[in-house]
Amino acid sequence: MRTAVCLSIVILASTGGELLSAHAMKQAARLQITSGSAVGLLLQGGFRLSAMWLGLLLQALAFFTLLALLSWADVSFVVPATALNYVVGAAGSVLFLREQVGRTRWAGVLLVCLGVAFICASEL
Amino acid sequence: MNDSKTPSLATTLLLALTVVLDAGGVLLLSRGMKHVGRIDTGAFPTVVRAVGRAIARAEIWLGIAALLLWFICSLVLFSRIDFSYVRPASAVGYALVAVLGYAVLGEAVTAARWVGVVCICAGVTLIGRTPPRTTE
Repeated sequence: MRTAVCLSIVILASTGGELLSAHAMKQAARLQITSGSAVGLLLQGGFRLSAMWLGLLLQALAFFTLLALLSWADVSFVVPATALNYVVGAAGSVLFLREQVGRTRWAGVLLVCLGVAFICASEL
Repeated sequence: MNDSKTPSLATTLLLALTVVLDAGGVLLLSRGMKHVGRIDTGAFPTVVRAVGRAIARAEIWLGIAALLLWFICSLVLFSRIDFSYVRPASAVGYALVAVLGYAVLGEAVTAARWVGVVCICAGVTLIGRTPPRTTE
């Protein structure tokens, strides 16, 4: 039970953190249309938004939860299981970023997820 | 909705750069930490000495710099194309590391790892056939 909860936190917090960072950068790009698109200004715009900092906080939470999880759970289970990030990320991008993920992209995401799980499992 | 079927050349190069920086950063850190040696996390002075040895190694700093650049490139990509396109497409780095490990370092690559490489390449090819940006 404890392993399942921590694994869920790792997957949801890391994906949620990345989705928030992506949201902040998309917002910054939208706001910057009138003032050019220099990378420095774009990043400055992104880091002015609270979503970016919340995203970084969630990614830090995911990292430390992963470290804790690895202290008792088998790495051969944990690392391939985190490949679920790709599926959760695609679902999150549909729900929160309003992206349109068609059948082809879903098939690609599932193949990538399977491939990462195979590689990670073979390295352990 | 933007109907562009393929990302621009600049975006494709940036995506390729993130893959190389991610794989390169991890390889550099891994190489640097192998010189540092095994760390006994139970003994605080040992950890402090290991950190001292780690920060004296150029590979560690190069690895950190590569991963910082990777993070910045990823943020710029998120502002240009879909998250659901960037995230899985950058997984091609796993395949790259496996192929480089085999071709450059002469590592033995198991059948399961080759199956993983093929799955990732097929998945990334499928994702590459979708429009890179589906939002305004």
